Amino acid sequence: MELVLDVLSWSSIISGGAFCIIGAIGLIRLPDVFCRMHSASIIDTMGLGLILFGLALQTGFTLGLAKLAMIFLFILFTSPTGTHALACAALYSGVNPEAATKSKPKKP
Amino acid sequence: MSMFDAAAAAVLVSMFLVLVRAFRGPTVFDRILAINSFGTLTVLLIAVHGYLAGRPEFLDLALVYALINFVGTIAVTRFMQFQRFGSRYVGDEHHGDI
Repeated sequence: MELVLDVLSWSSIISGGAFCIIGAIGLIRLPDVFCRMHSASIIDTMGLGLILFGLALQTGFTLGLAKLAMIFLFILFTSPTGTHALACAALYSGVNPEAATKSKPKKP
Repeated sequence: MSMFDAAAAAVLVSMFLVLVRAFRGPTVFDRILAINSFGTLTVLLIAVHGYLAGRPEFLDLALVYALINFVGTIAVTRFMQFQRFGSRYVGDEHHGDI
């Protein structure tokens, strides 16, 4: 039972760290703000969720599990809210979505 | 090497990469987005460090850091949008229509 929990926890922590690094690389390499928001949300959902799940498997049924669940739920609600406000502010202040405007056919 | 070491290493590497975008970002919204992700990764780092040091009380710090990170992101975004922190109906009414 201990071994199963350890293997599950290792695998979820390793894949969560991989998702964190993938999101960070995307944050550097993607072309504009609206694409980078997609990449930042990978960190907020998959990276944080999987690493916290791995930590929760190590914790067991204690108070720490409730705290981990509260951190996860809070970030699950606030991350889309903050990203939405940021996208509104960026559009309002005149940042154009570069990837969408490039693929549009040019008007004669 | 425990699993907490691996998690802390991955989080530190991605914190560095996110910080590169925060320094390089062409617009101010890139910087806000990068700092928001940096705050999320800091929450993760604090939680992992709590397990690494054998003191799970650090989860309280992580929770408070998540709260402050959200409030700070919303405040700076609102300031960039309306150029002030308060309500937009105080003062001039001809500012924007969002």
